[in-house]
Amino acid sequence: MSTATPGAEADAPAPAATEELLHGAPVSWSRGQQVVHPTREQYLAVVTGLKADGYAFCSDLCGVDYLTHSGRSLPASVAPERFEVVANLLSMAQKARVRVRVQVPELDPTVASVVELYPGAEAMEREAWDMLGIAFDGHPDLTRILMPEDWEGHPLRKDYDTGRVPVQFKFPARER
Amino acid sequence: MSDDVWRGAGTSEGAQELQSREDTDPIDLLREKGAVLRLPEGRVLMSDDVSVEMTEDETMIINMGPQHPSTHGVLRVMMELEGETVLRSKPVIGYLHTGMEKTGEDLSYLQGPTNVTRMDYLSPMFTELTFALAVEKLLEIEVPERAIWIRMLVTELNRMMSHLLFMATNGMDIGAVSMMIYGWRERELVLAFLEKVTGLRMNYNYIRPGGVAVDLPAGWRTDVLELCAAIEPRLDEYDELLTGQLIFRQRTEGVGIISQEEALALSATGPILRSTGIDWDLRKDMPYLHYEQVEFDVIVGQYGDAFERYAIRLNEIRESIRLVRQIVELVPPGDYRLQDKKVTPPPRARIDESMEALIHHFKIFTEGFKVPEGEVYVPVESPRGELGCYIVSDGSPKPYRLHVRGPSFVNLQTLPVMLRGGVIADAVAVISSVDPVMGEVDR
Repeated sequence: MSTATPGAEADAPAPAATEELLHGAPVSWSRGQQVVHPTREQYLAVVTGLKADGYAFCSDLCGVDYLTHSGRSLPASVAPERFEVVANLLSMAQKARVRVRVQVPELDPTVASVVELYPGAEAMEREAWDMLGIAFDGHPDLTRILMPEDWEGHPLRKDYDTGRVPVQFKFPARER
Repeated sequence: MSDDVWRGAGTSEGAQELQSREDTDPIDLLREKGAVLRLPEGRVLMSDDVSVEMTEDETMIINMGPQHPSTHGVLRVMMELEGETVLRSKPVIGYLHTGMEKTGEDLSYLQGPTNVTRMDYLSPMFTELTFALAVEKLLEIEVPERAIWIRMLVTELNRMMSHLLFMATNGMDIGAVSMMIYGWRERELVLAFLEKVTGLRMNYNYIRPGGVAVDLPAGWRTDVLELCAAIEPRLDEYDELLTGQLIFRQRTEGVGIISQEEALALSATGPILRSTGIDWDLRKDMPYLHYEQVEFDVIVGQYGDAFERYAIRLNEIRESIRLVRQIVELVPPGDYRLQDKKVTPPPRARIDESMEALIHHFKIFTEGFKVPEGEVYVPVESPRGELGCYIVSDGSPKPYRLHVRGPSFVNLQTLPVMLRGGVIADAVAVISSVDPVMGEVDR
């Protein structure tokens, strides 16, 4: 619910020279909502900077697996990766929200943890780890939170086989 | 780091549980980190915050739940006790996980509300509302005025219903069993009205992208006003029964205290945050629907204890009644849903006379409507706090990723802070005052 900018919905990749930057990270607008795209290396610094700007409340943090939707619109300088960690920060003083989207590569799905800055992100990061297998470096207790501890795989990944429970009498015995 | 974490969490028997002191890193223990959802630094440095004589090696870790009657569903809290004093604690959740976010990726935007409404089963209208608002933001459509006001009406009624149920369960947990019956009784009045509107007592699937499912039934104004008139004096009875009652106050006052800094740091919202004295209510501070056009007060507390969380919810019912009475006057005539054949099904009568309407009807119910690519996060103020919906659309008729920020899920993190230093008998009062709905915690 940030201030809307006219024509922000276009999301057209602007040339890098005129790109809007916030704490050194490119900014885009999605349906009038401000989105910051730091790299993995910048992530912690950008979030620290945003916290100093007044975004002292982490309302949400989740992961997204873009395996089957790689052509999403991103600022020109941001290279898409398979995973994304999305943090929604809130400034109660300015009554403004900002969203931080970090690209996380498939081969090393690790990103810095923001628990030191926002202790409330602890359960959310555990959920992102549990559901998508994104590891948070520096998280004090990175264990599964919703799935059983001995569960294999991360259910919200797009290549996770949802499978099905065989129903009695539905298939011939050899197919069951 | 990443590598051993990667393997470690694959099969890790017992890792979710609260570890004993011997198995916990001393630094972690000092900071109450790792095994416990972390306490803020300042709090831990005050070594005398728990006035109990520590006899090391005699602390005991006990389980409360998942089948304890007063854990509101299947919540399991592991607590480390020194005598009767709670030192560390950890909520272990996931017993009601049904993969609703994954299911949501497989349902069209029209079917979506049937899924999300089952998350917070005590305030289903709010999850439907946040889902519908997010989809409408992605579609960049405006719903008709009447639909907006109907949405406000049903969500405020739902807020009353949810808080009435809190009154009931909170009373029951603390020992005022008669309160349970009274709370259920009043809730039934609201349920009966919502059943008349939607056809269902729970899991309404009423608020849908583009408006609401059906118009309000004839005579709804009288029904709503009668319902408000019936509930309002009962709230004064609650005051007599609980608020002024010595035993209830002694059970709740000064129990489960949380400070402003802790509540903010742990991302707590709703009555928990307001009980610490922060007047943060999304309806007031970042208005959605038409909340800027109605008058109501945000109820805040001061001490952040269980009693104030009770008092805030009780007075929020009164504010909701005040809001409902204003909304009843303000609901304009007009369409209850958007007449956009790309988003909402055409009226039944049109199908008989128009081939085109029949085609649109068929297309919407078989294929659904396409939503332009993009991502949005839309929050609303549910009875439990900030309820947000994050949707990523890839341009197909189904959400690419559906994430719901459940307020109960986040608020549960405040439990270790609230329980620390209290006695085990108060744990029930504290858990009850968080008012978690496990359907939303585990999704």
